[in-house]
Amino acid sequence: MKIKLLAFASLRELLGGPAREVELRDGATLAELWNELVRERPRFKELERSTRFARNGEFAAADTALREGDEVALMPPFGGG
Amino acid sequence: MPPFGIGLMHCELTAEALDLAALVAAVEDAECGAIVTFLGVVRADDDPEGRVEALAYEAYEELALREMRAIGAEASSRFGPARVAVAHRTGLCAVGEASVAIAVAAAHRAAAFDACEYAIDELKKRVAVWKQERYRGGATRWRPNAER
Repeated sequence: MKIKLLAFASLRELLGGPAREVELRDGATLAELWNELVRERPRFKELERSTRFARNGEFAAADTALREGDEVALMPPFGGG
Repeated sequence: MPPFGIGLMHCELTAEALDLAALVAAVEDAECGAIVTFLGVVRADDDPEGRVEALAYEAYEELALREMRAIGAEASSRFGPARVAVAHRTGLCAVGEASVAIAVAAAHRAAAFDACEYAIDELKKRVAVWKQERYRGGATRWRPNAER
């Protein structure tokens, strides 16, 4: 299945752009998506504890199962205000 | 029920200069005797990297707006009833420019102060906005809010 990946701030820079498509096995979780990114770019591993996920515009836990066409956001610690 | 409309009256992310007067206008009401406002302003911090000249803000708009709306409603339900307006900048903010503005109207001042403080504290923790410090000399650094 195809997932649309968004990344912000420092994670956007590490990903190399604000958005891209990722191909995953059907039913894969956010954690599996993350592990795929770590395999590709080991530097993601250092950011694992501080990264939060959103799925389709809502906060989501790492064990959330994804579906075809989902939009997943990778978010470093917030800095608003 | 209070005689005035309560909760979130106005919420925006904008690349334009923030207009505090517009937020005050959005919350004022004949039944509200207190309006408390907060402006967060870009500060010229001296960092080991150099002096901060500007902050570049980036937002995940869909999620940020959803959380700003939720915080406005919570501020009213916990401390109000109150009328709440929140605006946050995106893009480049120079030293001295406001990056966040909040206005809260309530019947009396204690509720308005408490609701306004709650709104800015929660915004810093929960809203999907990021800032990059831009230093004199060209260096940059993403700066997360302190854990609370």
